[in-house]
Parts: sequence; C-alpha cells; structure tokens
Amino acid sequence: MLALDIRDLKKTYKNKVQALRGVSLQVESGDFFALLGPNGAGKSTLIGILSSLVNASSGQVRICGHDLYRDRARAMASIGLVPQEINFNQFEKPLDIVVQQAGYYGIPRPLALQRAERYLKQLSLWDKHDKISRSLSGGMKRRLMIARAMVNEPQLLILDEPTAGVDIEIRRSMWGFLRQINEQGTTVILTTHYLEEAEEMCRNIAIIDHGQIIENTDVKTLLTKLDVETFVLDLRAPLQQLPEAEGMSFKQRDEVTLEASIPKGKSINSLFAVLQEAGVQVNSMRNKSNRLEELFMRLVDKGELQTETSGSHTSAAAAPASAGAGA
Amino acid sequence: MNHSSSEMSMAQVNLVGYRTIIRREINRILRIWAQTLLPPAITISLYFIIFGSLIGKRIGDMGGFDYMQFIVPGLIMMSVIQNSYGNIVSSFFGAKFGRHIEELLISPLPNWVILAGYVTGSMFRGLLVGAVVTLVALFFTHLQVHNWAITISVVLLTSMVFSLAGLINAIYAQKFDDITIVPTFILTPLTYLGGVFYSVSLLPPFWETVSSINPILYMVNAFRYGMLGVSDVPVLPAFAIIVVFVLLLGGICLYLLQKGVGLRS
Repeated sequence: MLALDIRDLKKTYKNKVQALRGVSLQVESGDFFALLGPNGAGKSTLIGILSSLVNASSGQVRICGHDLYRDRARAMASIGLVPQEINFNQFEKPLDIVVQQAGYYGIPRPLALQRAERYLKQLSLWDKHDKISRSLSGGMKRRLMIARAMVNEPQLLILDEPTAGVDIEIRRSMWGFLRQINEQGTTVILTTHYLEEAEEMCRNIAIIDHGQIIENTDVKTLLTKLDVETFVLDLRAPLQQLPEAEGMSFKQRDEVTLEASIPKGKSINSLFAVLQEAGVQVNSMRNKSNRLEELFMRLVDKGELQTETSGSHTSAAAAPASAGAGA
Repeated sequence: MNHSSSEMSMAQVNLVGYRTIIRREINRILRIWAQTLLPPAITISLYFIIFGSLIGKRIGDMGGFDYMQFIVPGLIMMSVIQNSYGNIVSSFFGAKFGRHIEELLISPLPNWVILAGYVTGSMFRGLLVGAVVTLVALFFTHLQVHNWAITISVVLLTSMVFSLAGLINAIYAQKFDDITIVPTFILTPLTYLGGVFYSVSLLPPFWETVSSINPILYMVNAFRYGMLGVSDVPVLPAFAIIVVFVLLLGGICLYLLQKGVGLRS
C-alpha cells in the first residue's frame, strides 16, 4: 500500500510563481523517505499541500489511500506534521499543547493525556510538561512538535527540517526516536538540509528542484551513481604544490589537509604513487563522509542536470522531470 | 501501532474537537482574567457610579423607569457585544499571528466545527462578562426580568452575531492595528449611539431615522424589552434582524474559512 501517492501536482501562486510543475511521487507504506532540495525548490509548497495549508492548482494526492480533496478528514487523520517553524502557542504548557492536538483528532481526553505523557517522556520532555513552552530551548521546542505530531499516532509522519539548529546529541536522540516509530510501522518522510541525516536514516530519496522531481530512487542506488571517491588526507608537512595526475583531482582544504578524488574502482595505490612522486607525506586518511551532499550538489547544478538525469530515473516521477530538464 | 483516530466516526471526532476548542478558549479566558473579566467589571462600575448614581438622579425617569434601571440592559448588552467581538478577534488573530491556527487547519476537523468552537468560546466570554456586569448592577439598583425567553435568546443571539463579526475581522486582519480599527471606529460609536444610554425617542426625527439603520439599536432594545418590557422598536422585527445577521455573518465566515482567506495560500 502507498502511504503517499502524488500525481502531476501543480501549484502556481497568485504572484504567478510556479512552485510545483507536475510533481509525481509515490512513497510506500513503512518507508523512511527523504525529500531533498535546495531553498525555493518546492519542498515547503509540497508539504503545505499535503498538510492542506496550501491549495494545489491541479493534480491528485492520496494519503494512506484517502483522497486529500474528496475525503479530506480521513486523509488528514492519517498524517502527523512537524513543520519547519515553531507553530504552537508559546504561552501554553507542553502537556496542554499535545493534549489539545489530540482533541482536534477526536481522541478523548483520558486517552489523550496517556499518549501525551508517553510521547513527552519518550522525547525527554516530561520534566517540562508543566512549564510555559516559551521557556523551552530550541531543541526542546522541536521535540515538542514531534510529540504533538505523534499524539494521533499517524500512519504517515512528515517532518520539515526537524533537526535544524539542534545540537548533535539531541539530533541523534531524535534520529533514534524516528527510527523506532518507523520500525513500529509509521511511514516517515523528512526534508532536511543535513544530507548525512538522509544518508544515515532514509531508505529512499527524492530530490526536488525548480518544482520538479529530478531524482527518485533508493539511497544505495543513488550513491552508486557517484563515479568518484573522495578521500581527505592529513599531511605531515604543509603542501608546497598541488599534485597533478590524469583522472585524479586534488583540492587543498588548508595547509596540511588535501582532498583527493579518484575514479571509482581505481586502486588507492595509484593515488599513493602520485603522492609519493610529488613528495607529499601522508599522516592519515579517511573517506569524505558526505557523499550524498556531493551527489546532491551535482544533481541540482543546472550545468550538469541534463547529463545526470538522462536515463537515470527509476520511477514514474522521472518522466516530467526529464521533460522539464530538457526544456 | 494504534491509529485509532482514523477508526473513529467523524461525528465523534467533530464532537471531541469542538469540545477541545471550547475548553482551550475557556482556559485562555480564565487564565488571563485580569485582561478579560476585571476591566469590564471596573468600567461598568464607573458607568453606574457616574451615569447612574451621580448624573442619573438629575435625569429622572426614562421609559417609565429610573435612569439607573433604564441603562442596565444597555450596559449589559454593550459588555456582551464588546467582549464577544474582542475575544474572538484577539484569540483567532493571535492564533494566526503565532501560526498555531495551523494546529486546527491540518486536523481532520471541518471548518464548521472550527467556526462553532471559536464562536462558542467567544460567546462564553461575552456572556460571562454580561453576568459579571449584571452582578455589579445588583449593587446599584433593583433588577427585573419581564420575559426570560426574550432576554436569554436576544443576549445569546447578539453574542453570536458579534462573535461571527469578530471572526471575519480576524480572518482579514494582517497586523494588530487591523483588529483595533473596527472596535474603535465602528463598534464603539454604533454601541454608544444604539440606545444604550438614552431612548431614541428623545432624538429629533431626523436622527431618530438615522438611528434606525443601526443594528445595535435593535439588539439593545430587544434586550431591554426582555428585562423591562419597554422598547423603542418593535420586538419581533428586532428579533428577525438579529437572526438575519446570524445567518448572514455565519455564512460569510464559513465561506471565508472554506476559501482559506488569510489562512491557506
């Protein structure tokens, strides 16, 4: 069953800005899905339409089998939304905020109180349940929005930049919570600017740019499209001159740090041979971790878009994307 | 995982949602009682002292009652109107401004439940303040009720009219100035000129005719009839006007919510 089925979704705002130009996207139930895209790509508009805060110009949306326009109540009852910006009443207490949200989904108060306690505890907010929300830290406010979104136990949880601006410890605890609810059956869709987050958490990924899906595949397949591997080398002495070699590229990050990219499948020994010849002494080396970021930048880079997208799409969503890219 | 909300009947969801909005509104009104309940009590006490006890004695009878008794229904109604309007406009606009209105907009609740919840909450404040004013009035004069059914139905419907009107104001408002313009420049003058403090029969014929296009005149007088049995206007048409306003403003509110004006892009 599809948790989300979007067909040819278009949105043109009153100021004539075309935010979505025929987006088609399917997300399987139980998936952990990332929606990536640069600022202004159409992510927020897409999420706005799914949460019914933005009216689509045309197209179809089915959420957990319910048509968003013909069966709105059931479609919305299936969704939990964690928006990018804080949107709860900061003069209210966390417990009240979560319990009220449950009420809006028709959950009777006694059950709402139980669930609110459970999710506030799971997200380490229970000791703040009776404090005015305005006094919470940024990370706590984000976790409160997750607890609020979970209180109706949605089949589909959509998170818009959930970890923006939170420290690494809280981010990891949020990841743990999201993994746990995903394992329990909730489909999770997240947008993020932290591409390592998408790489670590998500099974499938779609990249949106200029209102079109330009890539939609699983993370592993996407990463295999990287035809180069990049290493970060810590040097023993400051680099005097960048090494040069055919098929390899080098970039100096600072005096004693060098990035070396070599074609995938080429032996690392050949890299060391070049370094040896150039008199570069290496203390240690590691893989550049953010592979997805590299790929993302290439995909959204207009100059390379056509090359990258031709023949690379793996789903129905590819059709309008390719057409748009070529136009 | 239990996804119970999608398994509930929509009627049950709507009922719980409606109760939740009301509970939240009532909590808000009681939490900020120093802003919602205390000021009208103080203001109305001053009206009673100045216009009733001090000046009223020199005015003498009006409509067959002493001046203090005459202005009580008008002052109760004025409080109900101002507070019904003021509550919804500040609560709904505040929710829009703070974006927590999105909590409701993304929920399965239909627009009519959101409308009903906000209007009921606002009527609660209007009627609560009306009750406070009535209690204050008891310290100054003897109160009577000529017709309970008319008194109660008029105060309920009037409170509903101004809750709906306040919601329209809040829907269109984009900044805090926008929610003070209507109460200051339209509502207050219409209320003061709506026969709260005087009988329009005292006015010259021209101004009496002009007053007859003021809807608040009909509400105040219908309420005064319910309490004292006297009115400047016939009660049945007054009642009909109030009902027409309820239906008209209710329809406009639903239309605006359905279109998402000021709420959905």
